[in-house]
Amino acid sequence: MSQIISFTLNGEKISLETDPMRRLLDVLRDDFSETGVKEGCGEGECGACSVFLNGKLVNSCLVAVGSVHGMNVETIVHFKTTPAYRVIEQAFGDAGSVQCGFCTPGMVLAAYALLKDNPNPDETDIREAISGNLCRCTGYNMIVDGIKLAAKQGNGKW
Amino acid sequence: MVKTYHPETLTEALKIRNETHALPYAGGTDLMVRYRQGPGLVPAFDREVMFIGHLPELTKLQEKNGEFAIGACVPYREIIHHRHTPEILRKACSLIGAPAVQNLGTMGGNICNASPAGDTLPPLAILDTHLTLQSVSGERQVSLLSFFTGPGKTILRDDELLIGIHFRLPHFTAEGYRKVGTRKANALSKVAFAAFMLKEKDMLADIRIALGAVAPTVVRSRELENRLIGQPLTDLANLMPDLLESYGTLIQPITDQRSDANYRKTVSLNLIENFVLKEES
Repeated sequence: MSQIISFTLNGEKISLETDPMRRLLDVLRDDFSETGVKEGCGEGECGACSVFLNGKLVNSCLVAVGSVHGMNVETIVHFKTTPAYRVIEQAFGDAGSVQCGFCTPGMVLAAYALLKDNPNPDETDIREAISGNLCRCTGYNMIVDGIKLAAKQGNGKW
Repeated sequence: MVKTYHPETLTEALKIRNETHALPYAGGTDLMVRYRQGPGLVPAFDREVMFIGHLPELTKLQEKNGEFAIGACVPYREIIHHRHTPEILRKACSLIGAPAVQNLGTMGGNICNASPAGDTLPPLAILDTHLTLQSVSGERQVSLLSFFTGPGKTILRDDELLIGIHFRLPHFTAEGYRKVGTRKANALSKVAFAAFMLKEKDMLADIRIALGAVAPTVVRSRELENRLIGQPLTDLANLMPDLLESYGTLIQPITDQRSDANYRKTVSLNLIENFVLKEES
C-alpha cells in the first residue's frame, strides 16, 4: 500500500509515493541516484550505507523509509559541499586513507560525526567512532591517521 | 505490501494498536534485519507495521530524585550520553553495535525483541527495572523479569505498547559488567554478565547478579543472592561451590553459531566467582 512520504533530502523538501517499508538505502540509490550511499552487508555492520538522519549517523539499510517521514536526511552528496568535508578530504588524501574507496563515504561521515562532538579525539575515540565501518583495504591505520590529521587541520572548526 | 501507520501522538498510536495489532517499529535495527530480503528488495514484513520511534511521549529521558525514567523509544546513544545514566547501563549500551546502530536502536526495542542475548537486559535486571505497558483500556506496571516468557516471547498483549522503563538509581560499593563476544564492536553476546555488590564493614549487605545469553531469558535469582546476603566476607569463599552448582542449574545455554554450551556455562560461573570473591569482571 503505497503512501506519500515527505522528508528533507540534502536540504530539499521531497515527497514520494512508495512502499514505506522500503529501505532508505534503496530509495536513495534507486529513486534519487545517490550512489555514494553504498550497500555492503545490508545488516548494519559495515557502515557503507551511512547517512545523517536528523544530524545523527545511521545505517540507511536499517531504516524503513516510512520511519523518516518529517525528518532530515543528509548524504555524502550534500556533505561534500561543506567546508568540514574539504578538511576531511584533504586529510584522507594526505594520509592515504582511501584505497578502493567503497567504505570511504561512510568513513568520512563517521569521522565528521566524531569531530563535531569531539574535535580533539585520541586514538581510542577514533577507533570507537569508526567501529561500525568495515574497510578491507587499508587495515584501518591509515584511516585513523587521516582522522587524526583532519582533527589537527580542522583545528576545532566543526 | 503491508499497511503501515505513522501516528502523531501516543493516544493515536494506542488506538491503532488496539484496532489493528500492528507491529510496533521503534528503531528498526532488529526488525529490518529480521525481515530483510536483499539489495533493492522490500523487507518481507508479514503484518501491519506502526512507526512509533518519533513519538515525543516515548522519547523522553529523565532523572528525578533518584528515579530514572526512560521512554521506550530513547535510542542507546542518548542513554550513553545522559549524565545520570548508571555506569553499568552506559557500558552495556556502548557495547551494542557501533555508533550508527546506537543512534537508531532503542531500549524499548531491545526489551520487546526479547532476545536471550539482549545486552541491556542483565543491567536492567539488577537495577530492579519496572516496565509500563499501556493500552486504550489502561496501564500496568510489571517487573522486567516477569515480562519475558521465552526467547522472543513476552507478556505484552497485542493491544499494548511498552511505553516506559523505570528504576531507582542504586547505591552499591562495587559493580561489574562484562560482555563476552567475538570482537569488541558489532558482536552479539556469547555471555553477558552484570552485578552489583554492597559491602558494609565485614559483611555482604547486598548483591545482585544477572546473566544474559545463557538461558531462554535473562537469568537472575534473588533466592541465590539471599544465600550470600548478610554473610561475613570471610565466609564467601566457602559458600562458593554450592552457589556455583545452583547457578549451574539455572544456566541453560545452547550451542549455536556464536558459541557452545560448555564454554558459556564455564565462563558464566567464572564471572560469578571472580566478581563475588575479587570484585572483578
